[in-house]
Amino acid sequence: MKVKFDTSGLGLSRWYEYVIRFVFGGTITALAGIVAERYGPEIGGLFLAFPAILPAAATLIEKHEKEKKERAGLDGTLRGRVTAGVDAAGAAMGSVGLMVFALIVWLKLANSSLSLVLLGATLAWLAASMMVWELRETLYRRIRARLHPASSHGLHAAAQPGSSTHRRFDE
Amino acid sequence: MKEILVRFVVGGVVVSVFALLGDLLKPKSFAGLFGAAPSVALATLVLTVSKRGKEYAGLEARSMLIGAIAFFFYALVVSRLLIRRKVPVLPVTGLSMAVWFACAFGCWYAMLR
Repeated sequence: MKVKFDTSGLGLSRWYEYVIRFVFGGTITALAGIVAERYGPEIGGLFLAFPAILPAAATLIEKHEKEKKERAGLDGTLRGRVTAGVDAAGAAMGSVGLMVFALIVWLKLANSSLSLVLLGATLAWLAASMMVWELRETLYRRIRARLHPASSHGLHAAAQPGSSTHRRFDE
Repeated sequence: MKEILVRFVVGGVVVSVFALLGDLLKPKSFAGLFGAAPSVALATLVLTVSKRGKEYAGLEARSMLIGAIAFFFYALVVSRLLIRRKVPVLPVTGLSMAVWFACAFGCWYAMLR
């Protein structure tokens, strides 16, 4: 599946949804600082990888998918939940990149400039996350091709509901 | 108080930018990568280094590694429950935080304490 930019999702978000994300992000960042101040950097550091935005993002995805289906006169409750689950699966893959980010900052910060380390670590996060995502996509394709050779060639994909369930929600 | 406010604003902006990037990308599994963006870390580390120095920030980054492992298990549990069991999102994402806390503090206790 190809990665692409799509601005249509922006129209679904309302102003207060951006405010919710801002407040969530700001609160967790402030909290990480307070915890570090009170209990030290070893405990405070844990919260640098706190899943701050995931609950809010997943809830919004569920809501948007549900609204889309309701506009078509359908019940989108289950679709909304599965789509949020697919997003969370992406976050699990991204967390591997987050580990790489933390490792680089930990090992390189003492002897390098802060801006250089943060830039390098952020690029490494993106590269590692994308590699894990690409690896999973390749594995998925190969497994599907083995289980359902016809659907992997674009033939009667709809006749393979089990194999294409995840794919239908990953759009 | 001023420092907390600065952290709140900077953190809010950085998290929002990464969330917006995720909104603009498809497929959903790829956009989800941005749910694990180092947004809180980016906002925090700049302020921490300027106030406490690199050694202190390095210790935070070491613990962040454990937090990221906990994040992996949290996101994995949430995605499995939502995709396979199709349970409501808010309780799942909220209650599964116990997984993050257990994993993060368990690993911290075992490895760093």
